[in-house]
Order: sequence, then C-alpha cells, then structure tokens
Amino acid sequence: MAIITALSIWIIPILIGTILVYGTYKRIPTYETFVDGGKEGFSMAISIIPYLVGMLVAIGVFRASGAMDMVLNTIKPFLSIFGVPSEIVPLAIIRPISGTGALGIMSDLLKQYTPDSFIGRLASTLQSSTDTTFYVLTVYFGAVGIHKTGDALKVGLLADCVGVISSIIFVSLIFGR
Amino acid sequence: MVNIIWVTMLVVGIVYAACNGTMDKVNQAVFNSAEEGVTLCLGLISILVFWLGMMKIAEKSGLLTKFSSLFRPILSKLFPEVPTKHPAMGYIVSNTIANMFGLGNAATPLGIKAMEQLKKLNGNKNVASRSMITFLALNTSGLTLVPTTVIAFRMKYHSAAPTEIVGVTILVTICTTTAAILIDRFFYHRRKRKGRE
Repeated sequence: MAIITALSIWIIPILIGTILVYGTYKRIPTYETFVDGGKEGFSMAISIIPYLVGMLVAIGVFRASGAMDMVLNTIKPFLSIFGVPSEIVPLAIIRPISGTGALGIMSDLLKQYTPDSFIGRLASTLQSSTDTTFYVLTVYFGAVGIHKTGDALKVGLLADCVGVISSIIFVSLIFGR
Repeated sequence: MVNIIWVTMLVVGIVYAACNGTMDKVNQAVFNSAEEGVTLCLGLISILVFWLGMMKIAEKSGLLTKFSSLFRPILSKLFPEVPTKHPAMGYIVSNTIANMFGLGNAATPLGIKAMEQLKKLNGNKNVASRSMITFLALNTSGLTLVPTTVIAFRMKYHSAAPTEIVGVTILVTICTTTAAILIDRFFYHRRKRKGRE
C-alpha cells in the first residue's frame, strides 16, 4: 500500500521530467512548444462553460425543489427488495449525476455510520470505483463540440448500475455485513 | 437522450417547486449552480494550460507514440478504428494511466485531447463516433487504483484502516470497466444491425 501511495506522489514529477528531458534530447523547442500547447488549454476551458452551467443548473433546480428527495424516497423501498441498503440509495443515484454532491453524501454517511461500518465501507467503495458519468460526458464532449452523443449516456449509466451491484456484493463478501 | 433528461430535470423541478412552495430555493439554485459551473471551468484553466503545454512537447518529440506502443495490443482491440500510430492512441493511454492513479486533474486535459483527435478521425463531424463512445465508457466507469480523495475522507473520520477499501475498489472497478466495454460492444452491434453505423 505504501508503494502505491508513494508512486502516486512521484508519478507527476517523473512524467514532467521525462517529457522535458526527452524533448530536449529530440531537439524540440521545449518552451515555445509548451506555450503553444498551453494556449489551447485556455480556450478549451472557456468553451466548456456553457455545457457545465446548463447541466449544473438543471441538477441544482431538481435538487433544490425537493423533487430529487421525492424520487429517492419513492424508489427506496423498491431497491431494498434487491438487497440495496436504503442508506446507500441516495449516494448510488447521485454518484453519476454530481461528483461534488456524491462526495458530500459520502462524507455524511462516513460521519453518521463511521468509516469502518458496512455502510461506511460500501459508501467509500462506491464513491471511488466509478466516475461522474454526466460530468465526464459534458466536459469531454462539450470541449470538442459533439452534440449528438449517441449511446454514450446509456452505456455510462448501465455501467454505473453494475458498479453499485458489484460494490454491494464485494463489500459484503470481503468485510461481511 | 441528453436533451430529454436535461429538460425533464428542469421542468419537473419547477413544477414540483410550484406545488410545494419551494420556489425561492429554485431561484437560488439557478444562480448558485450557474456560478458553480463557471467557477469549476475557471478552476480547470490552470491545469488545462499546464498539462496541454507539457503534452504538446510529448507529442512533438514522439514520446507519446512511443508510450502508447507499449499498450498497443490491448488498445487496438478496444479501438479498432484508430490507427496504431495515431496521436489519439497516445492520449487515450496517458488518460487511462492518470485515471488509474486517481489523478483526475491530470486526466481531464488528456481525455479532452483524445476526444479532439478522435473527432478529427471522424471527419470533424459533431456526432459521437464508435471510438468516442468506447473511450467515454472507459472514463465514466472510472478505472481506479488509488482513490486518493476517499482515503483522505476516511482518515478525516478516524477510520482504523483508511486504505482497507483499496482492494475492493480495484475489484469493483475491474467489474465496472469490463461491464462498460461489454455494454458498449452490445450497443455498437445493435446500431450496426439497425444500419445506423
């Protein structure tokens, strides 16, 4: 474990060093190339703004109106039949929609049930094993101007369902309930 | 699909607020969320500028191509439409590796760059190509080895073993990534059957 943690601290500096040394060795005008590439980053960040604002406002309105809580409470009993603990349901649903929202819910669950409880472990695993589908979709496709997203959202959301199910199975198997 | 979900969230939210008297909160949410969106993007500028600058050097010097050739066998199976020497491959590889180490900040610019290259391959159309959907599936399923943020939160709440979830996370992440690839393949073949690709 210590090796993995150490590796994640070292990987970025090593990467930067390697790129610069190799670039110099290949006689690339490193600084000019860096500036050139960096310019793209600025316009890219600006071009994502409308996509992200649109999505975040919709999620914000849905949540603030109380509609999200209503939906959560309606499907809770249904999901409990399949062995999904009701405490985890809000996290499972918000995880693909809002990364910061999910982080908030996970933090709340860890505080309430302690990190070493079944719910705490399940919440941690769920939070770390999948990514925010809506965010990735909005930012990646938004930045390059893709309007017709095809089956991308469906694929992402179905994979998220698999994530929830396998989290419950593996956490129960490894740590017990 | 995105259009429907977007409109539904907004309209249902507004109607629900009208019935339950939470309209003041909705008003607040509109402006707060819009602001959050802009702040998030502005926060991305520093990382995007730095990493895209660095990666430009890696691309021009040929390091990116060298790097991706290591993973060529697996990747050419996953992305049959991308030529193996194409810069898109290099960006896909570096994005995946950044994700694995929980370096979300470094992963985003690389992912966007990969998308840009994939779009070029697709004749600059504004429609998501097969490879783009596969790449997105890989990213949303979030292949993670070190969940840094979650470990930090577990430490904050005094876990006896903050890193004990790493093993489970890797198992689950392998499941979701495999599932994402399989689901992606299923939809691709469905589109093909229907003559849409």
